[in-house]
Amino acid sequence: MTETLIEGHKPLAPPPGIPVLDIDPYDVDTLYTPHAYYEALRAAGPVAYIPRYQVLAVGRFDETKTTFSDHETFVSSRGIGLNDFKLEKPWRPPSIILEVDPPEHTRTRRVMSKALSPKVVRGLMDDFRNSAATILDGLLGREIEAVVDLAEAFPTAVFPRAVGMKDVHTRHLVDYGAIVFNAVGPDNVLRQRDMARAPEVAAWINAACARDRLTDDGLGALVYAAADAGDITEAEAGMLVRSFLSAGVDTTVTGIGNALWCFSQNPDQWEALKADPSLIRPAFEEVLRYTSPVHTFLRTADRDTEIGGHPVPEGTKVLCVLASANMDPEKWGDPEVFRVDRRPVGHMAFGAGIHGCVGQNIARGELEALLSVMIEKVDRIEPMGEAIWRPNNAIRALDKLPLKLIPS
Amino acid sequence: MKVTYIQPDGSQQVVEGIEGDSVMQTAVNAGVPGIIAECGGSMACATCHVYVDAAWADKTGTRSESEEDMLDCAMAEMTDRSRLSCQVRLTADLDGLTVHVPEDDF
Ligand code: HEM
Ligand code: FES
Repeated sequence: MTETLIEGHKPLAPPPGIPVLDIDPYDVDTLYTPHAYYEALRAAGPVAYIPRYQVLAVGRFDETKTTFSDHETFVSSRGIGLNDFKLEKPWRPPSIILEVDPPEHTRTRRVMSKALSPKVVRGLMDDFRNSAATILDGLLGREIEAVVDLAEAFPTAVFPRAVGMKDVHTRHLVDYGAIVFNAVGPDNVLRQRDMARAPEVAAWINAACARDRLTDDGLGALVYAAADAGDITEAEAGMLVRSFLSAGVDTTVTGIGNALWCFSQNPDQWEALKADPSLIRPAFEEVLRYTSPVHTFLRTADRDTEIGGHPVPEGTKVLCVLASANMDPEKWGDPEVFRVDRRPVGHMAFGAGIHGCVGQNIARGELEALLSVMIEKVDRIEPMGEAIWRPNNAIRALDKLPLKLIPS
Repeated sequence: MKVTYIQPDGSQQVVEGIEGDSVMQTAVNAGVPGIIAECGGSMACATCHVYVDAAWADKTGTRSESEEDMLDCAMAEMTDRSRLSCQVRLTADLDGLTVHVPEDDF
């Protein structure tokens, strides 16, 4: 007998003893203002049952970290969204790094981590700084919409160049990430809207990842060199370049927008940063902790197991609410305060364990370049209207951020 | 169990560690300077680089290829005794382990 799936995964009856949280985490209003949901999730217990989707959810720091990084029990190969790839065909061929387990993962991860290593990023920093300076010079002193004018403009200028892309389509580059991230959610309005335009954007992205559409001196070429060396196949190289674009554009756009928002809301912290440039890197870590650009990804229990002493059956989807873990007062003391000198080592914004963000050096490099140029040029970051968030099933990003950058 | 961290200036810090934790986590919990651990142990940053003391070199196990790739990116020179401290787990036979923190860890 075949069971009817719910959101592409096995139905799960409420497990005895696990607190029930009758909330829709993917409701658009919840995605707009998620903090009450995070609080309720942490208050419910170490793990909660969400009837709406028949899944479990974790949001306390310890359980989130343990579940998200226990790759042997809670696998990625069955998808990091609500769909169980073992039971239902995914909308696109699965990622060969994000959505696989060892030993497959070890092989592709090694190629990517070499291409995105701290050493490689050091070589990109001059370009990052120069581009940041050029873009900022054009924005000082007038009212801007900082999402488009800066948060999107900067990464879409430097990242495709770093990858060595010959074709650049700013809109497709930014939107592809958002589509991929909405796809990890339920079949709600956000996912449906994005699935409708996925074919066009995905076709453009796939074509742009081909070897002959890349220069021979970028990150893309480093990945294709691994194919020449026989470590991966030619087709796998294309897939890995694709993952630069799905995971590396919209995420950094979000990180920059969120950083600008943090500083526009906390002018004393901008003063602190200007006074002590050695806080630039720690400040970005605090932005990541405070705003968690990736708010939720899932894992699938690959065997009967337990979370926080509660039994969890095989096939259970578990929401790992990274944004909630990053706001857990048990871990952080005063999580609701944005402090550039907090140094939140171990935050969950880049994940943890073997799948921990392989692009984090690039993300940090982009932010370090931008913020270091900004503290030279920008005296104050003034809000010019209400900041509006953009609901997404996995990403917490701004939609509109009207600002004025007052020059020094 | 105890782990000793020796700074480039010779100063020492003896830290109480828990079996199963990494040498990086143990250092971060105690605020040992120079072990930044920016990536939190995902082998993506090399800011947790240490040199294992000669007396302990054969007890800390071997480096994976991925670990060697990343050590090659560390700011301080990679030697035979270089390890990413996030990849060294405390086991009973590592009680008393001594590691040296490099000069320039980012
Ligand atoms: C602020 C920016 C970024 C954030 C918040 C972010 C967040 C994350 C998170 C949470 C994961 C873990 C996924 C999981 O365990 O299921 C991840 C993995 C990944 N990220 Fe990022 N990321 C960012 C930037 C980037 C960039 C710039 C790139 C590429 C250049 C990138 C490429 C990847 C890839 C390929 C993976 C999969 C790694 C694996 O499964 O081994 N990310 N990222
Ligand atoms: S903590 Fe980043 S490599 Fe060890």
